Amino acid sequence: MGKLQVPKGAIIGIGELTPVRYSEGVTTLGLIAESVRLAIQDAGIEKDEVDGLLVGPQVGETPQHVPATVAEYLGLEPTMSNVVDLGGATGAGMIWRAVAAIEAGMCETVVCVLANINEKGKALRSPNRNPIREFDVPFGASGANTSYALLKQRHMAEYGSTQEDFALIAHWARKNAQLNPKAITYGKPASVEDVLNSPLIVDPLHLFEIVMPVAGGAAVVVTSAKNASKGGHPPVYLLGAGEKITHRAVSQAPSLENAPLSYAIPRALEQAGLSVQNMDLLSIYDCYTSVVAQTLENAGLCAPGRFGSWMKEHSFGHDGDWPLNTHGGQLGFGQADLAGGMSHIIEAVHQLRHEADLRQIPNARHALITGNGATLSEAAALVLGVEL
Amino acid sequence: MIEKFENLTVPGPTITPITKPFWDAVARKEFILQKCCDCGEWVFYPRSHCPHCWSDQLEWKPASGEGTLKTWSIVHRPGHPGWAEVTPYVLGIVELEEGPSMLTHLLVDSDQKLKIGQPLKVKYIKCNDVWLPFFESKE
Repeated sequence: MGKLQVPKGAIIGIGELTPVRYSEGVTTLGLIAESVRLAIQDAGIEKDEVDGLLVGPQVGETPQHVPATVAEYLGLEPTMSNVVDLGGATGAGMIWRAVAAIEAGMCETVVCVLANINEKGKALRSPNRNPIREFDVPFGASGANTSYALLKQRHMAEYGSTQEDFALIAHWARKNAQLNPKAITYGKPASVEDVLNSPLIVDPLHLFEIVMPVAGGAAVVVTSAKNASKGGHPPVYLLGAGEKITHRAVSQAPSLENAPLSYAIPRALEQAGLSVQNMDLLSIYDCYTSVVAQTLENAGLCAPGRFGSWMKEHSFGHDGDWPLNTHGGQLGFGQADLAGGMSHIIEAVHQLRHEADLRQIPNARHALITGNGATLSEAAALVLGVEL
Repeated sequence: MIEKFENLTVPGPTITPITKPFWDAVARKEFILQKCCDCGEWVFYPRSHCPHCWSDQLEWKPASGEGTLKTWSIVHRPGHPGWAEVTPYVLGIVELEEGPSMLTHLLVDSDQKLKIGQPLKVKYIKCNDVWLPFFESKE
């Protein structure tokens, strides 16, 4: 592979709603509009400067024509728009696609937005008629908890990793969330024992190892590198990206240990011309503890199967040697559907702009962001930095 | 242990014209898989094209109905409420002797010690009026 060119784009605006456990009287389109309004305001640009729009799929509310529906709702007339549908990797997948569209000359300033409602007692189910619905669900395997439990069990049986090892990840997420007043677990720290004492939902996964679904939204404004200094904040540049899909259903995963992140992360670092050792923040997708475990191993921070002993040797707060998910991660912050994946990008921008208040990482210059969709199926990684 | 599944109100398979021979065979208590006539690979789940070489020449063949355990989980709170009656229950991914993997329901006690590589064999169970290929320990 020849030397990869660094992309020429930057994040100049972010908007994020404070997660709420259950929403009432709001719509997904409404949450999208509020997220976008906040992001444009943060960028210090006018609405009419937006000529690109990336949105997520909307289960239940707008099954088709999603970009047109969102554009109409917002009064935008984008010259580039699309749905990005990569589950938890959607947010990260949007950022490089926005830059790619700008580099292709299709637009100059792109809004990437994800949001969802969460109404009490109402599950957003999609009426699937696809292979996972036909060949996994009938055996009693509905939902992501089962799939991630299968992956965690495999790690434990293969490598001898322990429940305490995984609980440490949830503990750090909750601990970091105590410095983020927007986090859904703010004021609710959890010790390793608390995690282990929380109910087993799908053995070996405990309740506190699983993200809490919330309502919320997030939007990010991306523009060209040459325009990036126009905004009201220091630009945060995209330095590298990597992405890969390997399967949909966990039963069809080509490997239960080697997730597609093991391609996406090194690829993003190579494009940035940096190593994982250069990263000041690990903003690692964490729908479940086991995803963080596998991501740390896929990033080459420790040998396969060794995350537990590695974690015991390091510290993961903003003032630690490996700041990890300083906003609390989704385990601490809450998962507003696909916007949960965007929270890792929003936090990286806060840190790289040096506006993270009590949880600011000293001299933060580079961040690694990962996204993970389905069951370690859809992977995206980004390297963000304060200069090109 | 086996009768308890018959009256569950749970979602059954969403059968397509491509996959119907598999489910018809299961209802006859036969385990068949597709095999690619061009590259010789076995295929599961059933498809119109071989995922290895994209040949459309896939042939149904009798298969062993045996395999080994890759991983498992014990469901205490199921994703579909219809399964709540039989919790806790065990799900597993089986690597079939022919090569492909499938997810299935394991007919083992939830406190039974399981391990990677454990031999398993198919056991046909009627669940909500549909026959499904569950698996049990081979020994």
